[in-house]
Amino acid sequence: MTPKIRFDRVEKVYDVGGKPFQALQSFSLDVEDNEFLTLVGPSGCGKSTVLNIAAGLLEPSGGAVTIDGQRVTGPGPVRGVIFQQYALFPWLTVRQNVEFGLRLKRLSRREQRDVAMHYIDMVGLSAFADALPKTLSGGMKQRCAIARAYAVDPKILLMDEPFGALDALTRVNLQSQLLEMWAKEKRTVIFITHDVDEAVFLANRVIVMAARPGRLHRVIPVDLGYPRTDDTRLSPEFTAIRNEVWTSVYHQPSSNL
Amino acid sequence: MAPVALGAVSVSSSLLIWWAAVRYGGLALPTPLDVTRAFSVQMGNGQLARDILASLGRVLTGYMLGVAVAIPVGFLMGRSVLVRGFFEPYIQFFRVIPPLALIPLAIVTLGIDETPKIAVIFMASFLTCVIATLQGVVNVDRTLINAARVLGAGNGAIFARVVIPASMPFILVGMRVGLGSAWATVVAAELIAAQAGVGFRMQQAQLYYDLPTIFVSLVTIGILGLIMDRMILWLERHLTAWQEKP
Repeated sequence: MTPKIRFDRVEKVYDVGGKPFQALQSFSLDVEDNEFLTLVGPSGCGKSTVLNIAAGLLEPSGGAVTIDGQRVTGPGPVRGVIFQQYALFPWLTVRQNVEFGLRLKRLSRREQRDVAMHYIDMVGLSAFADALPKTLSGGMKQRCAIARAYAVDPKILLMDEPFGALDALTRVNLQSQLLEMWAKEKRTVIFITHDVDEAVFLANRVIVMAARPGRLHRVIPVDLGYPRTDDTRLSPEFTAIRNEVWTSVYHQPSSNL
Repeated sequence: MAPVALGAVSVSSSLLIWWAAVRYGGLALPTPLDVTRAFSVQMGNGQLARDILASLGRVLTGYMLGVAVAIPVGFLMGRSVLVRGFFEPYIQFFRVIPPLALIPLAIVTLGIDETPKIAVIFMASFLTCVIATLQGVVNVDRTLINAARVLGAGNGAIFARVVIPASMPFILVGMRVGLGSAWATVVAAELIAAQAGVGFRMQQAQLYYDLPTIFVSLVTIGILGLIMDRMILWLERHLTAWQEKP
């Protein structure tokens, strides 16, 4: 069976002031359908590069990304992307933001509204459907962005440090909400984070990357099963995996360059 | 104290000082009363209305044309390196020339009827507005464009549904500044052999040492400018209410 997403020796070289900079070196990874992967690693390890290449927002310098065996050549609604800076359209209300992709799919006004309200409901923003983004808190904005990404029914969700700008309490709440949504409507998720706890709590596999050059360092399976609760966070199994991830993020072999 | 009350106090006290300075201070100017009299005379015989219509007609024609051309040109410049490279040198060059300095050229090349006046006002509003539009397009947040793209938007949809609304605040600021400079230019433009207009009236009054009329014209220019500015400001508030103010 072909994997949902295959990274096949993906390379990315940037031109930094006339000098080549290897952001990503021979990155290969197979992601199965409905997996929840988290990507962790030090700054400059190419996490965002991996995500943007998978999103089709960035061209690889070598190798290829395939989705269901089809090569990625550009962005499209098969892959939803959630950005750290929310990227809501500030001139549109919550509902209009969620409807943005649905309008492009040429759904009828009624269908747009129904689908949008379904996902707005799912992220708990029904009372704010007609509010402008400027009136929302960071956590609410990100929930709106999640609803917007879900609404176009992508098979894959790519999330670039979506909770990075939020306070610790909001983060923990949103992590649980995200897993609940994912349990209800399964998607293949790649989720970038700096937070080791977050990486372990969400993922069925944690991908640890290394920097200079950016590359895959280790793949650590998280065999904790779902659903995950507060008890999961406090269990010794969680702590053991967390420590393993932590060690492989913060005690990496020095670069081979 | 409410701002309105404060404004009323400010206006009435300055009128009083003006009156006192003329009456007792030997200031060689008409009193507020003289100006009011001249004002009501010109209102009564329809001269003021004719002048206002003539000036407003020129300003609005030149301004509307300027904005109508500036917005698409600004968008094209922001979207295409080629168009930008082609237009930018001229825009940057003409931008630093005061519109008034174009009047002699306009007279010689375009004659002395309405065309040169409208052309100068057109230049004044076009230049401010085109630069603002360009700024707006260039400043559109890349993340918003990427967000639209991953939701399935093509170039046309990105332009219509992201670039245009995102640059609206810049465009409106440009329109506001443009209207200001268009209005400022009209008085000077009316020095070119006009038959009516607030600027022309002032010029005439200068010949006959008719100080009250000069004051009437000045106050009219000020009030009309203020009204137009407020109208754009109102538009700005309504169209860009979504902006997150720091």
